[in-house]
Parts: sequence; structure tokens; C-alpha cells
Amino acid sequence: MKRLLLGNEALALGARAAGVAVATGYPGTPSTEIMEHFARYPGVRAQWCVNEKVALEVAIGASLGGARTMVTMKHVGLNVAADPFFAAAYTGVNAGLVVLCADDPGMHSSQGEQDNRNYARFAKVPLLEPSDSQECFDMVGVALDISEEFDIPVLLRTTGRVSHAQSVVEVDPALFQPTPKDSVRPRTFIRAPAKYVMLPGNARTRRLQLEERLKRLRQYAETTSLNQTLWQDRRLGVVSGSIAYQYAREAFPTASFLKLGMAYPFPADLVSRFAREVEVLVVVEELDPFLEEQIRSLPALQGMPIHGRDVFPGVGELSTELVAGCAIEHGLLSPTAAPSTTASSQPVTPLPMPPRPPVLCAGCPHRATFYVLGRLHAPAAPAEAGDRGGERQRERVIVTGDIGCYTLGALPPLSAMDTCLCMGASIGTALGMEMAGHKHRVVAVIGDGTFYHSGITGLVEVVTSGAATTIVIMDNGTTAMTGGNPNPGSGITIQGAPAPKVTLESLCRGLGVQDVVVVDAYDTEAIRAQLERSLRTDDPTVVIVRAPCRLQVSGPSEQVAWVDPDECVGCEVCLRAGCPALTRAGDKVEILAALCTACNLCGQICPHDAIHLGPRERTEG
Amino acid sequence: MSPRRHPPGAARKDRRVKPLDFVLVGVGGQGILLASDVLCQVGLAAGYDVKKTDVHGMAQRGGSVVSHVRLADRVFSPMVAIGGADFLLAFEKLEACRWASYLRPEGTALVNDESIPTLAALSASPRRRAQGGPAYPDDEAIAKALAASAGRVVMVEAGAIASRLGNPRVTNVVLLGALSRLLPMQEDEWHSALEARVPARYRDVNLRAFQAGREAVDQRSV
Ligand code: SF4
Ligand code: SF4
Repeated sequence: MKRLLLGNEALALGARAAGVAVATGYPGTPSTEIMEHFARYPGVRAQWCVNEKVALEVAIGASLGGARTMVTMKHVGLNVAADPFFAAAYTGVNAGLVVLCADDPGMHSSQGEQDNRNYARFAKVPLLEPSDSQECFDMVGVALDISEEFDIPVLLRTTGRVSHAQSVVEVDPALFQPTPKDSVRPRTFIRAPAKYVMLPGNARTRRLQLEERLKRLRQYAETTSLNQTLWQDRRLGVVSGSIAYQYAREAFPTASFLKLGMAYPFPADLVSRFAREVEVLVVVEELDPFLEEQIRSLPALQGMPIHGRDVFPGVGELSTELVAGCAIEHGLLSPTAAPSTTASSQPVTPLPMPPRPPVLCAGCPHRATFYVLGRLHAPAAPAEAGDRGGERQRERVIVTGDIGCYTLGALPPLSAMDTCLCMGASIGTALGMEMAGHKHRVVAVIGDGTFYHSGITGLVEVVTSGAATTIVIMDNGTTAMTGGNPNPGSGITIQGAPAPKVTLESLCRGLGVQDVVVVDAYDTEAIRAQLERSLRTDDPTVVIVRAPCRLQVSGPSEQVAWVDPDECVGCEVCLRAGCPALTRAGDKVEILAALCTACNLCGQICPHDAIHLGPRERTEG
Repeated sequence: MSPRRHPPGAARKDRRVKPLDFVLVGVGGQGILLASDVLCQVGLAAGYDVKKTDVHGMAQRGGSVVSHVRLADRVFSPMVAIGGADFLLAFEKLEACRWASYLRPEGTALVNDESIPTLAALSASPRRRAQGGPAYPDDEAIAKALAASAGRVVMVEAGAIASRLGNPRVTNVVLLGALSRLLPMQEDEWHSALEARVPARYRDVNLRAFQAGREAVDQRSV
């Protein structure tokens, strides 16, 4: 049966078809949908974990315990999980273990574009790379077989353009039936401390065995059908893999191809043999010259014309027209041989385009806090050494931010965030700012999901440092950025079933913070008053600003806000809230009833009391 | 590995279908992804190989959204090339201009005649605006920019039609109806793709919206 599947859905379905019984993960674009789909299948165990490191640790346990296991995350998530990842290469597995990791070339939704193929070589584990949904579906099963046969976890790496593209997959309709075929029997756990307990003595032995496994894997890579050769015109031979292969196939319609579905361990003989059959070798890959460097180091190919990074960029996503354009520019492709679509590129119209960056939703519970933070000045603090009096006190507070929807608070008109590094970094960054002398001026902002992920350890550091840090936890009860995935404070599981909750208040108090306050996320005045108080104290404070994510609240609000045109003077102060429901109408302001959630932030900040709340029917009737 | 659909180099049945590339653009929340899903299903039913890709994550929240749909005998890249699209289906006028360079010179821009101002343009201070800040272009500039990139421009009052049908949310389906008039696929293929994708209780309003979109283009005697 032919189905049009998202790469991520194909990965989930492939995992199910291959008998994966346990899957863990941490949501992160572009990987999130794998778990969301997998969790819907009956008879499997699927769970979001508190962060990627924990997800991998649980997955390793499940694999050792005898269940075929998958763990999913985005590229930067593997940085968090790197410790157990490297260890698992030593211990090996019991039942198959696949680490699914989605890179984000072009940084559509990430703070960086790292090439996680390097992790395969770094940790010495095999690397598989699908280039479309059919391969996503097929390669999960192959990865599990490799994992079991060679006693090693397998890194299955996608990129956003594979994870988030839909293409046709041939699937067995039985997979969509409520009861799956029980294809793979769980393995039994056999005690083997010498294999699983990484004391130095044991680890030294496992280190040597890892080399042995790699040697056998190298042989496997030479012959596996994951690596395929396509002979066409031998004047040009292209080596490629992942999504880059699709661009290259289209850009070089007549060339010969070596497609590497398994790029590590590197199949040196296969590549050498292919290269010797062609006149010029071209390596097409996104981001790092991972294949190119290995190819250039092959003794058999010294002196051969090889092109790669000298022709194609190493930053951002590739595309068919980029590959073709670069190849034409370097004389590797004649303009007439290029696909017709690339020949007709035309001058771009020079109409100035106002950008349309993403925004916090109408009624977003983070908006009021950012509105306040953007206008908050350091309070008249207890005199600090070197204080320059009044002038110093008028400085705006510094806001250290974190990763989540609320990172959008950095954009105008809110413009209320000064730093954002990586998941969980805001609290530590604020502590550092304080150490650098900005006591009573810094507010760390972090979401509930991110706090559970890795903000907790930063808070422990604050407590043990005896610092005065002010921390705002924006608690909307979910991991909203990735699509509303539950976290330990949500009280539900990935399947939507009720779950025990970890409450932020008791957690923070348990970590040693005495001053923990909860404020309504829509009460601008209360937020301002509380922050001013917190900034003045010499003890750490946690301000939990709480209201559910607007996207988790079902249905439209019964009330809407409306602007009384007789009272509105057109000062546009309300527009500083940056709410998409507010718009200009002539020289006054108007509210789009269809978008408004009646959160009343604009009503609170209008200096002329021109905004009122009323029943929805009144405005729509 | 299980048998692949297209092992590299394997002979395949040549259906000789005319490849079609689409770029669907608009603002997050306008139902673009549903529209491109329906278009893909129609393509699949008509016997094409299909690939689609959209921008996910941050851009979904009220930002500029773009979805690529490619139909051909065999599709490699899921992305439409700049200057390669046969159709630009735009849910908003500014976004139509932003992505117009994706059209091939003889391509068609099918544009919802509706403007959604950007937040930056809205909230810029009057001083910034007086300096020519991030202003939303006027209709004349938009028409000129579209005419420069497209072989033909078809404006449809999809938003207004949807509101008249009592549900602004079906603007996307009005546009699909209009698009269906310009494509070779059968009308019933569109109906079944739509019905498979929209909740049952919204079935009727969606079918009416689709029909209204078809008629909106009929009147222009394409
Ligand atoms: S803040 Fe009040 S008076 Fe000023 S533009 Fe907005 S509604 Fe009108
Ligand atoms: S009440 Fe005001 S700020 Fe809140 S959603 Fe409505 S328009 Fe936006």
C-alpha cells in the first residue's frame, strides 16, 4: 500500500514494524513527531523524558533489559546525551538500540547547525542516513539488526529536510491494524558485569573489543546494500548521502552515483573502486566535509581530481539549484545539462519586504511578563559598593533568557531578552552576571519544561553560591515550542493519560530556595510589584508566573476585548504588547475579534482606558 | 533492506506525466499545511510520485510559512527550485511578493486578495514609520511586483468568500477550489482528498468553500 508519510512518521512506523517495544526521547524540532506518532501505536512503551541524557540512559536500560529500543532527539540534544552515548559504545547492547537524531541545517528552529555525523566517528558507532521517507521506514529495521549483530548502538541521523518532508512509502497495511504482529521476541537479560560495568579494568577490555567491532563493521559497510552504486556517464562520479543525494541526483541527471546510506564506518574500498571508474569525483554533502576528508585521505585516490567544499558551501542547507549553480560555476556541469528549473532563475523583485518573524500567540501567557521586563529598571537597591546613585538605578534590568517559545520575547516590540545560549543556561548565565557585578539587576527567565530539562542544576548552583539571583519560571504547563508536549509538571503522559506531577514550588523549595512565589501570568501589576521586590532582596527568589499555554486551552474565549473609538486617542501604547490581534484602523487601534482571547493585557496597558472586555456575540453579531 | 520503490538505476514505468511544482505561502495559522496535504493526496491519487516539505517549528507561530509540493514521474528533492514553480498559491499578498521569485516566468500566481500587516510594521513608532520603516507595501507596489515575476496573476477574494460562507477558517479551501480549476485532476479526486482531511462536522462548509473557489475562477473564464 502506498502512503504519503512524513519522514518522522515513517521512522516511527519503521520502528514499530521492526519490533521496537520501548521508545524514549526529548522533544526538539525537527525530531518531535517521531515520538508523537510512535506513542499512538498499541502495545508499545513510549515516554518523553526530562532531558536527552535521561532519555538515552532509560533507553540503554531497556535495550540491556531485552527490548528493541529507540531514543529520539534533535542535534543539540545529543550534546546533552553525549556522556551515556559514548559509554554505550563500550558496553554495547542486548536488544537493538537506535539513537535517532535530527540535525537542522539552515537553523530553521535551532541555536546552531552542528553536523552530528561527527558524533558517529567520535563515539565510534555506525552511522545510517536516510534520504527520503521510504528509507526512513526501511533503515530503522536495518539499524536494529546492525545493532544486535555488532553489539553496538547505531546512530540514525536525519536532517530537517528528511524528517519534515513527506514522500511516498510502500507499507504493509497490517501495520495500521490495532494489533501489531509480534515480530521480534524480547531478549533475556544475561548478567555480564565485565561487559556492562565500566570500571577501568573492564573498560580497557571493552575498548579493544570496540576496535574489533569497528573492524567488522567496516567490512559490512563495504558490502551492505545501504550503499548503492548507479552507473551512468562515467566522466563524472558523485559521492553523496542523506538529503544532499536527492539534490545531487536532480542537479547531475546523467552522472554516476555512489550513495552512502551508511557513511560510518567509511567504506574505503567501495569508494576507491567507484572513484577509479570515473574521471572526476564530486562529493556533495551538507555542513561539514565529513565524507570529503575521508575520501581525500584514501591512498588510492592521491592525484585524482576531487571536488567538494571548494565548490559547494559548508554553511546552511543545500538545494538542487545551489548544487547545480555551484557546479556550473566551477565547470563541472554545462548549463544546458542542468535541470531546466535552474536555468530560468530571474532577477528578484527589489520590492522592500518587511520581515514577518514568528510572534507569541494572541493571549500568550508570557506576553505580560516580557512587557513588564522590557520596561523594568533596577530598583532602588540596598546601596552597593561603587554605586553611582540615581543614574545607576535607572538602568534597565538585564534579562538572561532560554530556549522555548518565550525566546520570542527577544523580538520587537517586546525586546525583553538579552542572552540565550542553550537549554537550561539562563539561570547559570544570570548567576555569572551577578558575579560580574550586576547584583540586583539581572532576571533569569526560563520555561517550566526547560527548567525540568536542565535549569534545576543551575538553580542548585545559585543556592549553594549564596547568590541573590531572581529567577522567573514561566509555567505554562507544557513544552509549547515543539507542539505542546507534556513535561514533568503537566500531569499527563505522551499518550494523554493522567500522570503524577512534579510541582515547581515544592521542587524549588526542596532545592533550598526559601522565597518562592506564584503570580498570575496575566496580572501585569502583580508581576511588576513582585519582580521589583525580588530584585531588591539578597536571597535567591523564584517567581513562578503561571497560566496555561493558550494553545492548550480549547475553544475560543467567551469574551473579547474591543476598543472604544471615542476614547482611543491613537497613542498606540497598546501595540507595544506585540499581540497579533491588535491592528491599526485609520488613526486608531482595532482588535481582531477572531484572534483575541480576552487576556486583557492591552486593557491593562492602555493609558486612556479605551479597551474593554465584552461578550463575544456583541462584537460578532 | 526491504525492496525499494526506486532502486537507483532500475528501469521504471514511464508514465510521461507533466511535472508540476507548487509553492504555497502565507502566515502561520492560515491553514496552509492542510491545503498542501490535500494537494499531495490529489497528486498521489492521480498517479504522481509526490514530495512535500514545509517549514516547521518557530515559523508556525504567526510567521511567514512556506510549503513546497512537487508532483512528477519521479521526484528527487522535496524543495521547489527558485524560478521553478508552476504555481504560487498565496494566502496573503505580502507573502505572495516575498516568495514570487519561486515562480517560473510562465508560472501562475493565485493570490488571496487579503493583507495581514506584519507586527513590526504595526508597532513601529511613528518616527520610524515616517523614516520609511518596515512599511507594508501598497496594492500598486504588490501588483507590480507580482506582474514582474508571474506569467499570469489570478486574484481571488478567498477570505471574503469564506467569511460570507460564515467561516473565515475555510479560506484555504476556497483557494484550493480556485486552484483545482487550473489543474488537470478530476473534481471528485479533490472531493475525496478533502473529505479525508477535514473533520466530518465541517465537511459541508468545506465542500461549499471548494465549490465557491471553483466558481470564483470560472467567472474569470480562465
Ligand atoms: S493604548 Fe489605548 S488610547 Fe492608545 S492607541 Fe491603544 S487603545 Fe487607543
Ligand atoms: S485582550 Fe488584548 S492583548 Fe489579549 S489577546 Fe485580546 S487583543 Fe491581544
